[in-house]
Amino acid sequence: MVKKTECLAMLLAGGQGSRLGILTKNIAKPAVPYGGKYRIIDFPLSNCINSGIETVGVLTQYQPLELNDYIGNGGPWDLDRSYGGVHILSPYQQIKGTEWYKGTANAIYQNINFIDRYNPEYVAVLSGDHIYKMDYNKMLEYHKAKDAACTIAMLEVPWEEASRFGLMFVNDDGSISEFEEKPKNPKSNKASMGVYIFTWSKLRQYLIDDENNPDSGNDFGHDVIPAMHSKGERMFAFKFDGYWKDVGTIDSLWEANLDLLNPKVDLDLSDDSWRIYSRNPIAPPHFISAKAKVENSMVGEGCYIEGDVDYSILFSNVTIEEGATVRYSIIMPGTTVKAGAVVEYAIVAENAVIDEKAHVGESPEEIASLDAWGVTVIGEKVTIGKGATVKAKEMVDTDVKGEE
Amino acid sequence: MAAPNVLGIIYSNVYDDCLSELTSVRTMGSVPFAGRYRLIDFVLSSMVNSGIAKVGISTKANYQSLMDHIGSGKSWDLSRKRDGLTILPPFNLTGSGGVYKNRLEALGGMLSYIADSGKDYVLLSDCNVVCNLDYEAIVDEHIKSGADITVAYKRGMVPKLENIMTFALDGDRITNVTVGQAGDTAGDYSLNIIVMSRILLERLVSSAQGQGYDNFERDIIAKNVSSLYIRGHKIDTYAKTVESLQSYYDISMGLLTGEYKELFAKDHPVYTKVRDDMPAIYGVCADAKNSLVADGCIIKGTVENCILFRGVQIAEGAVVKNSIIMQDSFISSGAKINCAILDKNVVIKPGRELSGAESYPIYIGKNITV
Repeated sequence: MVKKTECLAMLLAGGQGSRLGILTKNIAKPAVPYGGKYRIIDFPLSNCINSGIETVGVLTQYQPLELNDYIGNGGPWDLDRSYGGVHILSPYQQIKGTEWYKGTANAIYQNINFIDRYNPEYVAVLSGDHIYKMDYNKMLEYHKAKDAACTIAMLEVPWEEASRFGLMFVNDDGSISEFEEKPKNPKSNKASMGVYIFTWSKLRQYLIDDENNPDSGNDFGHDVIPAMHSKGERMFAFKFDGYWKDVGTIDSLWEANLDLLNPKVDLDLSDDSWRIYSRNPIAPPHFISAKAKVENSMVGEGCYIEGDVDYSILFSNVTIEEGATVRYSIIMPGTTVKAGAVVEYAIVAENAVIDEKAHVGESPEEIASLDAWGVTVIGEKVTIGKGATVKAKEMVDTDVKGEE
Repeated sequence: MAAPNVLGIIYSNVYDDCLSELTSVRTMGSVPFAGRYRLIDFVLSSMVNSGIAKVGISTKANYQSLMDHIGSGKSWDLSRKRDGLTILPPFNLTGSGGVYKNRLEALGGMLSYIADSGKDYVLLSDCNVVCNLDYEAIVDEHIKSGADITVAYKRGMVPKLENIMTFALDGDRITNVTVGQAGDTAGDYSLNIIVMSRILLERLVSSAQGQGYDNFERDIIAKNVSSLYIRGHKIDTYAKTVESLQSYYDISMGLLTGEYKELFAKDHPVYTKVRDDMPAIYGVCADAKNSLVADGCIIKGTVENCILFRGVQIAEGAVVKNSIIMQDSFISSGAKINCAILDKNVVIKPGRELSGAESYPIYIGKNITV
């Protein structure tokens, strides 16, 4: 007898993440590197396997090459299964024509056949671009105990940030009384995390109805959830109180990385009971030379450090030459910072070269108005020439010539 | 491109005795090395990088840690339907009375595995040589030269190992083999990486068994120097033989003086079992110099000239110098350690001081609390 799939997860990984600019020029947002060795999608994927969800559909659309390659057969997450496991679901040609995923709900709608093959009781719909550790199984137990049609994970956010989120009003029994999508003057600070569990038989019908509604934008937050609510379905909020971050912008990506160096932030990646799995780089341990100085930083495998590193995240195979300084920065795999160069308050993407004595980024103290300041971004494989300067907030995706 | 036609045989246990501290709970092959590896990783990765796709690992005793490390061979891309990796448990030959006692008996016990491999050539290797070699070049030159047997050798101080072979050569032809070497002498010594055709190996092993021989080096290699063309293949790149705890320490420390780049060439990756640790974290007051640090480490104290394995924690105020600290060991605040080898899961309590000498490092066994 084949073990029945009780809950299947659908991971929305098709987003471009346009606010991440050149970092997502060639890769989808869930494939963006994070935390010294991970990619963002490692978090929801690891959450799934750690929660006992062993069948996961990954919905891709925007620049899927690198993401598909990264997920592969799912082996690093123990999701290479003969039954279930991870499946990449891209839009495909059908008899009535070819359609891109029009919205999050439409993406699931187009894969009803995939879900039906496993005939699950419940379906979890997750975002592929959030950083958090969460036990979906606890949420599923809650969903079952409440006999809900839909359960939405909910996080209390600071009031001043509430207007950026989809908000909920929650009754004492946990049921949701009202929704508010990104209001100007929020009356609630209970935000939706974009993590849903549905009873599949219910969701299936709503997806079909939504598809048949020509006025619908085919989006979960805007269309399907309000439709379920207005029809009086049992909808509950599941409170989450750990670390959660939507790395939607350059600044939030930078911050979320540096959060890992803050002992007060509740995101422990060394926790054996909730490992975050990833495709590991094949590289030796990193080497710190006699002249190097590394403080308050995270350093990946294969790095070769001879310079000064402070308050930074170095991914695998990064080289920091003698006399170079890296501070308050994120340096992605394979990048070289040459002798005498300075990188500060910056994100440098993969395999870039910061040549000798170049200066990338600026400290906020050096800038008169804080609005003019921002994290500097250097795109992948870009070379910043000898002695060249890249200012605050700039995004560079072509080589910058140096002096000579 | 002869490598796909080569069977790799690795002895995981040979010379266990010379590293008795580290091998009391494991095989030579599973001795931790260079922060995140086991000695067998270097041999296995060299084989895989050279295109050898079928590998048998000979085991004798204490091979749980080895099996745990190797698993299905997936980390080396050797979990396959065609070819792939096989762990060969000891084989109780009729009349031998238990587990094999030497290389020759070990080979005798795996003759049917070797015969069934269908490969034309066999490459034999030990685990106590740290190297990252292109075995394909060795095999290609072996075939081109028309030699019957090729043995890789290095010139230098001869390791003090039982049955170590030293060679006299005429060109690339080995003309005389001395088995066993005492005292400090320099010479052309064997790295025990040996290539020959499968048919020849089967014939030599069966006939040696028939005659009651028991010493591979003496009875297979040395005795045949005139009747067979035994070729020496000189290795000039990085290859270090572990012969004692002291040499294990010295070879490890050598990685901190520039040999790191020789061993870890970018186009010759060394594969190992992954542990999914987070990257290493350095605290606010961390002071690390000239050290090799694996992922999962948390460094808040002072570290100088050290090799830190995965998951090692150095608390604030701890000072660790000239030492090798293995997986998941914990050095508490105020502790001072100099010239020591700490095995896995060692805990050093606050304020304790341990000091050995570079010429005599102290060893603390697995799971011990000091």
